[in-house]
Amino acid sequence: MDVLSLSRLQFAVTAAFHFIFVPLTLGLSLLVAFMETRYVQTGDTMYLRMTQFWGRLFLINFVLGVVTGITMEFQFGMNWAEYSRYVGDIFGAPLAIEATAAFFLESTFIGLWVFGWNRVSKKVHAMSIWLVAIATNLSALWILLANGWMQRPVGFALRNGRAEMTDFGALVFNRFAWVTFAHTVLSGYVLAAFFVMGVSAYHLLRNAEVPLFRSSFRMAAAFGLMGAILVAGTGDLSAVQVAKYQPAKLAALESFWETRSAAPFTLFVWPDSRNERNALELLRIPKALSLMAFHEGDAEVKGLRDFPRDKRPPVLPVFLSFRLMVGLCLLLILLALIGFIKGVRGRLERSPGYLRIMLWSIPLSYIAVQLGWLVTEMGRQPWIVYGLMRTSDGVSPSLRPSQVVASLIGFTLVYGLLAAVDIYLLVKYSKRGPDDDLSGILKSSRAKEA
Amino acid sequence: MALQTVWFALWGLLWAVYFMLDGFDFGAGILYPFLGRSEEDKSAIRRAIGPVWDGNEVWLITAGGATFAAFPSAYALMFSYLYCALLVILFALIFRGVALEFRAKGTSAAWRRNWDVAFFLGSLLPAVLFGIAFGNIFRGLPFDSFGYHGTLISLLNPYALWTGVLFVLLFLVHGALWILLQTSGGLEERALRAVRSYWPFLFAAAVVFLVWTVPATTLEENYFLHPYWLIVPLLAVISLISIGIWVAQRKPRSAFFASCCTIFFVIFTGIIGLYPDLIPSRLDPASSLTVFNASSSPYTLKIMTVVALAFMPVVIGYQVWVYRVFRHKTEQREASEASPY
Repeated sequence: MDVLSLSRLQFAVTAAFHFIFVPLTLGLSLLVAFMETRYVQTGDTMYLRMTQFWGRLFLINFVLGVVTGITMEFQFGMNWAEYSRYVGDIFGAPLAIEATAAFFLESTFIGLWVFGWNRVSKKVHAMSIWLVAIATNLSALWILLANGWMQRPVGFALRNGRAEMTDFGALVFNRFAWVTFAHTVLSGYVLAAFFVMGVSAYHLLRNAEVPLFRSSFRMAAAFGLMGAILVAGTGDLSAVQVAKYQPAKLAALESFWETRSAAPFTLFVWPDSRNERNALELLRIPKALSLMAFHEGDAEVKGLRDFPRDKRPPVLPVFLSFRLMVGLCLLLILLALIGFIKGVRGRLERSPGYLRIMLWSIPLSYIAVQLGWLVTEMGRQPWIVYGLMRTSDGVSPSLRPSQVVASLIGFTLVYGLLAAVDIYLLVKYSKRGPDDDLSGILKSSRAKEA
Repeated sequence: MALQTVWFALWGLLWAVYFMLDGFDFGAGILYPFLGRSEEDKSAIRRAIGPVWDGNEVWLITAGGATFAAFPSAYALMFSYLYCALLVILFALIFRGVALEFRAKGTSAAWRRNWDVAFFLGSLLPAVLFGIAFGNIFRGLPFDSFGYHGTLISLLNPYALWTGVLFVLLFLVHGALWILLQTSGGLEERALRAVRSYWPFLFAAAVVFLVWTVPATTLEENYFLHPYWLIVPLLAVISLISIGIWVAQRKPRSAFFASCCTIFFVIFTGIIGLYPDLIPSRLDPASSLTVFNASSSPYTLKIMTVVALAFMPVVIGYQVWVYRVFRHKTEQREASEASPY
């Protein structure tokens, strides 16, 4: 393989791996912040034990998100030097702002939260996890403003042999990026909610710590239901943006070949890229695709055949990932809805079948968010910056294949090891349940209050 | 003053502060197997840097991000030319962070031993490699308008290796002083002895480095041109001597402050010498990346300046506050009650 394919594979592997941890951090930080706030408000130690139990799982996950994130920042320069040189004037800014405005906040206050139980008052301690949660979400905003610019480049001019920023406001208020941001962080909330519901289900099935896990489950069910519905809503907004600015991606998402107005949506499709058609099409819903993409039944949707072959994304993987993601999203909405209703009616402990399903549903939300990224990034191909720069033009000219082979092997081994350790620890501490002995924290926080 | 020059100074500042802060984390990690004789001591060393290492590491991410935003061409070339070195630094930093977080979460002896090794190497390797990287930048990299002509081996030249040794010694003394400030009992005593025994080596290494820099690099040219800048290397030497004096007088807080200053002024000795180069070329001075030919557009630099002015004071404010929260030594009793490490 050449440097380009190897670098693409490496970026895909490291980004996907990083994104195993990020969504849980996004959502669980908020849930833990809610829990600790309940503790501060009510003084009920159940909420403190809850905070500590979920907080410990949060931290195991958090550190991996942090350390795998450094890789992402370094890789732009290491493997994509020509890209970095060409767009750095505009792309570097949001990355630098992300570090300044978000990473510092997140990393400084996580230290205070972990080690500060005995050093600061209850309120300041709860405030520190809120700051972590806000900072995490802020960092998602800035990195997605950067990614949003790659999806829909705005506010720049081509001069001095590169893309230069001309309008910072356009970069910051890029609608494409904001829609992606909302969609992404909400999917993180859903993932975290399913994580909490799944682990709670494990303990409820064993009749262990029922009040604590019932309460966790109900909190997560409400959070997850709200999140999942909004994920679907922002997904719809996202489709409108894609239709407007990335017509080739839209056509690939639906494996749509012939340009036509009042385009139908076909429920069952199997793409046949070689012959530029679908091998199978079953159950058409008239006008539905035009409606979804442009919110207008008669709108024209451009088909893949109207794009030269070298300006189309790979159809089959983009199409399949998108379908599977949407299907999973609908399933997750349903599961969260059932959980919410059962929680309100107080029926959770009496639904072992449902709890077992929830325990095994944890991977589903992980698969869904990974597919989402696959759709976004693979659907943008062959562009690294949509319509402006090809991925093949962005790679580092000084690299030799052997270097990237070595780094790819390194990443695979190191990340494989980290994944194994992560899963081992998450399972171990999820099963162990909350600690009983909180005397140390309670004593000293009482001393602080007094 | 041109905005490019302002950003060059900020770029230097970010690296200097990064080494000043994460430097003691690295030092503590390198000293960890030698000073941490018992489980309690090891845990105390990990707790000494536990609350702050993550916030310190963000200075590196910000230095990287600022290089990208302000000097994109330098970012692109520096990171792709130093590919393998950066890769090892990345893996090392990954293991350092994970080791700190995961070590206490297992009980078997093998688990602890392996994460201890990861913590040690994850601290030693970045210290050495950042030194080698900066030694090479000071010296110039072998590239011209046709591209890069260096190899991994050519990065391991004697001057760069010496810079690596200097970085390790700087961080060893710095880390030992931090442990001294944060712990008590036998560990505190051993940390004090470590500072005393490493300090002469650090002093010798620094003097050799300063002298060797004249033939090995072109950094001295700026100092001949503007002799008043010699105050910076002079301050580096004065700070270095002050560490020794304050340690002898058992004033660890002052000694740690002096150690911060030493690192800061050593880095700036190099940075001032580099100007206006960010990455000098050894082969063809005309190909060197300077703050002028590698910078972002004036518009971007202006935006970034506003961002830096708006956020950095706040960042520094809350980091100082959190450092103050953790300024007292951790007591053994308190540690056993509610510490995750």
